[in-house]
Parts: sequence; structure tokens; C-alpha cells
Amino acid sequence: MRPDGGPVEPAPLLLKIVVAGGFGAGKTTLVSAVSEIEPLTTEEYLTSASASVDSLNGVEAKTTTTVAIDFGRCTFTEPQPMRLLLFGTPGQERFWFTWDDLSSGAIGAIVLADTRRLQDCFPAVGYFEQLGLPFVVAVNEFDDAPHRYSPDEIRQALDLPEQVPVRLCDARRTPSAINVLITLVQHALTRARSSLASPGVRP
Amino acid sequence: METDGNRAWSQVDQQDVRPYMVTGGRTRPRHTMRLVSLLAPGSSPPADPLPPEAEQAVALCRDEPRSVAELAGHLGLPVQVTKVILSDLLDADVLSIQISETSPSRDVNALEALLVGLRKKFPDAA
Repeated sequence: MRPDGGPVEPAPLLLKIVVAGGFGAGKTTLVSAVSEIEPLTTEEYLTSASASVDSLNGVEAKTTTTVAIDFGRCTFTEPQPMRLLLFGTPGQERFWFTWDDLSSGAIGAIVLADTRRLQDCFPAVGYFEQLGLPFVVAVNEFDDAPHRYSPDEIRQALDLPEQVPVRLCDARRTPSAINVLITLVQHALTRARSSLASPGVRP
Repeated sequence: METDGNRAWSQVDQQDVRPYMVTGGRTRPRHTMRLVSLLAPGSSPPADPLPPEAEQAVALCRDEPRSVAELAGHLGLPVQVTKVILSDLLDADVLSIQISETSPSRDVNALEALLVGLRKKFPDAA
């Protein structure tokens, strides 16, 4: 066995964003609106016994469930070579093991909320809050949603802290999806700057 | 797995090959890889003809470095199975794991660069 090594080569700056949401909340749609490649869906095994990501022993276990992960990519040449990777993952609590892998080193997360099933995004909100990962809540506006809610109503319903941005979006439209990404990056940036301006450091 | 009942066994899509056939019965990759680990061509060309899945993975990485998740999606295989195949290629130096600058969420410079990049690339977004 060899460590995670190999020759060191220059690589583009790699940035990662996690998109979490309940079934049908529009994860795949949002990832495809942003991705320059057809979004790919892959499967990761889950066993009832598996606790950590790297000790996954899914294939040989008796009871396995698979979890679909959406993958999308966006490459930048300006202002420097960068590659943004988007990972869509189911928002249910039992898929937490994928969140650990996907969230490590991520710049932040987008929690997609469906107002018809708002409770579906509670676990994701709780998880990212606890992890301290910057996240935004994006409310995908479905045509057939019975009511439209204001961001403030959503914030109250999810008991979100004031600083967590809530945005309405149409995940099918690229500008709208990018808008959510920009909101997340701005939010992460604000948090990163405020942690720099801690006591002892010049504001 | 749904297959068309009218098709002969030999005409069944490659996707219908069971995962354990693709990995030769192995269930664990020998290398530690994350979903975002990037793979690039290694120092040696493949010695023997590669199995189709491995050949496809090598061809994809030749174009540009690819993440494990992306390769799994392209191959139409579960992540764990893909990792077993990629481990073989890493052992043979046909592929290498590319060390990339990781960007923790507190890296102000990286976040600023991404913000600029997003606004340049998508001027339509507000």
C-alpha cells in the first residue's frame, strides 16, 4: 500500500460546493444549470453498520442501500485557473456519511428547500450548522407549489440565524442558480473575513 | 436491473455486467481516495491491454484530470467499484493522484477569486 502520494503536479485551484436537499427538491436541476458538463449521477454504497467514510465495506455486506450523488463541474480561467465541483447529495439523515466526505474542504453548502416539504431540509440545516460550514438556504419555486412564502417566513419556519442567507430561486435557470452560488460565496467570504478580524489582529 | 427480455445475453449492455465481475471479486480499493481526488496520467503507459472500464478511465484522465466522482459517473459504476479499478491503475503508475491545493472555507483569496470568476463567466446573474 502506498500513501495518498504520486508525483506533485501543478493543478487548478479546486473548490467544492455541496448541494443538499430532500428528494425532488431540485438538486440535480440546480447542478445541471451550473455545470458545463452533463451532470453525472453515481452511486455510493451505504451499509447499516458503516459509520465512517473511509472504512466503507459496502459491497460485501448483507444489507446495502445505494445513495445517488450528482456531480457537476465548472471551470474558470480567470482570474486564475480554478475548478468548481458541485456535489448533490440527498438531504435525509441516513445519508450523513456522504455528507462527511463531501463537506470536508468544501467552501460551503446550498440547502435546497421545497416549501411543500420544508421539514425535509431540517437535518441538512442542523448538520451544516453543527459543522460550522457556511450555508445558504435556496427555496426552489415550483410552479405547482400551493403557496408562495417570503424568505422571512422560511427563515422563521427553519429557525435560521439572521446571518444565514435565504434566497428564492428557479433552479432550472442558470442565472438564478448562479445567483445562489454567488450568495453562498459572499456569505463564506464575510465569515472568513470576520474570523480574520478576531481580537489581536488589526481590523 | 431491468433488461430487455428480447435481447440475447451477449447483447446486454456493458452496464449490466455485475460490479463484482468488473473488480474481479474485490470489494475494497487499496488506495485512499476521496470523491474529489483528482486523477491524472501517471509515468508508465499501460503494459497490457486494459479491461474496458480501466481503458475508459485512462482515456478520460488523459484529456484532463478527473475526480473520482466524475469518473464513476462516466463509467456508470458505483463509486466503490470505480475506486477498485482506479487502485489497479495507480499501482501500475498508469494513473497518479494529483495533489491539488485544497481550499478550506476560510481562504479569503480563494473565495474572492471564485466570486470574480463567477461574475465574469456569468454576467447575467445578478
